[in-house]
Amino acid sequence: MTRPHDMGGRYGDGPVLPEPQGIVPFDRDWHRSALALTLAAGGLGAWNIDTSRHARECLSPKDYARFSYYEKWIAALADLLVAKGLLSETELAAGTADPAPPHPGIFRAEAVAPALAKGSPYARDGRAAVFTIGDRVRTRLPARNALVDGGHTRLPSYAAGHVGAIVLCHGAHVFPDANAHGLGERPEPLYTVAFDAAALWGKAERAGDEVTLDLWESYLERA
Amino acid sequence: MPHDHHEHPHSLLPSDPALRVKALETILTRKGLVDPAALDAILDTYERKVGPHLGAQVVARAWSDPAFLGELRSDASAAIATLGISGRQGEHVVAVENTPEVHNMVVCTLCSCYPWPLLGIPPAWYKSDAYRARAVREPRKVLAEFGVTLPEGQKVRVWDSTAEVRYLVIPMRPAGTEGLGEADLAALVTRDSMIGTGLPGVPS
Repeated sequence: MTRPHDMGGRYGDGPVLPEPQGIVPFDRDWHRSALALTLAAGGLGAWNIDTSRHARECLSPKDYARFSYYEKWIAALADLLVAKGLLSETELAAGTADPAPPHPGIFRAEAVAPALAKGSPYARDGRAAVFTIGDRVRTRLPARNALVDGGHTRLPSYAAGHVGAIVLCHGAHVFPDANAHGLGERPEPLYTVAFDAAALWGKAERAGDEVTLDLWESYLERA
Repeated sequence: MPHDHHEHPHSLLPSDPALRVKALETILTRKGLVDPAALDAILDTYERKVGPHLGAQVVARAWSDPAFLGELRSDASAAIATLGISGRQGEHVVAVENTPEVHNMVVCTLCSCYPWPLLGIPPAWYKSDAYRARAVREPRKVLAEFGVTLPEGQKVRVWDSTAEVRYLVIPMRPAGTEGLGEADLAALVTRDSMIGTGLPGVPS
């Protein structure tokens, strides 16, 4: 049921390597280009954030493991551009394309600052929340997209089938399981649910430690 | 020659990552899908303007101004907007306060969600498999790798950012900072202390 991005709790990854504080410099010039191209192409409006996350998740497990962070971005971007008909496989293979006039949706330099400062809010008017703070809920088991086989979902496997308590109610938010697949936004109430670490992992590093996740209502049932 | 249909068309690009990106950039600019000046504007934003100094302003204000802290608790996105901070990957902000009882730490196990308008681009460790895999299961061992040991009695709450809500950790105000103004306080607030893998500095 899982894809390689769903790695929460996995063993064997080695130490975390801290870095200096402050603004993070790019390690390589091509990292800069990868980030800028991904954001600029996203500005065309041909896909949403859930589609682009799903494109990265759809890399083969072998590629997902061997690609560095920005290699994943670039590979998923190329795949999305072809899937949306904006580029052809012939152009990718050639590494170039015939010159064309600007696309009507091109993300212009003057639009960058206002668009980045505005963002894209995901809260929507939607149905009233069924649960309230303090309610005990059980997550879906197994973690899966109930609309599309093998589709995008934001319930990690490590938290599937567990009982937790609602700690925050966020109102209705765009539902990624639908939005990633062109099925519309289908907003649902979104909650933050706290789980006892000992329940998730069999034992906690210290009794009372917790993990919280942001989960949509259809992932949850009353416990 | 390419086949008629590839499940993963990216494999048609050169395998060297620098050449892959260059090829894609060439195609996109020649096809009029990307404005080269927009690329520069995006990089200018995240290399020079947006970074953890902005989150540090929020923390320093929260430490100094009880009314602002109240606004931050009730609607953090609205509160930070009063400081001119808003935007992509920070549309729905929640501030989580460290206390003697609870230490908060933020991760995104499924990708690398991060509060960009407050902290800028995430550091490599935040996006690493090791952090994504381990932060939820053994946060205290991860904290030790950052040189952080929590006192007995302080529980850890790890926030896995699985939606579009972005969490900003408000660390505890260090002792000995009673006389400091907001700018001096902000200088003590590190990026890692706002993710929860570090603690703020102490006045020298």
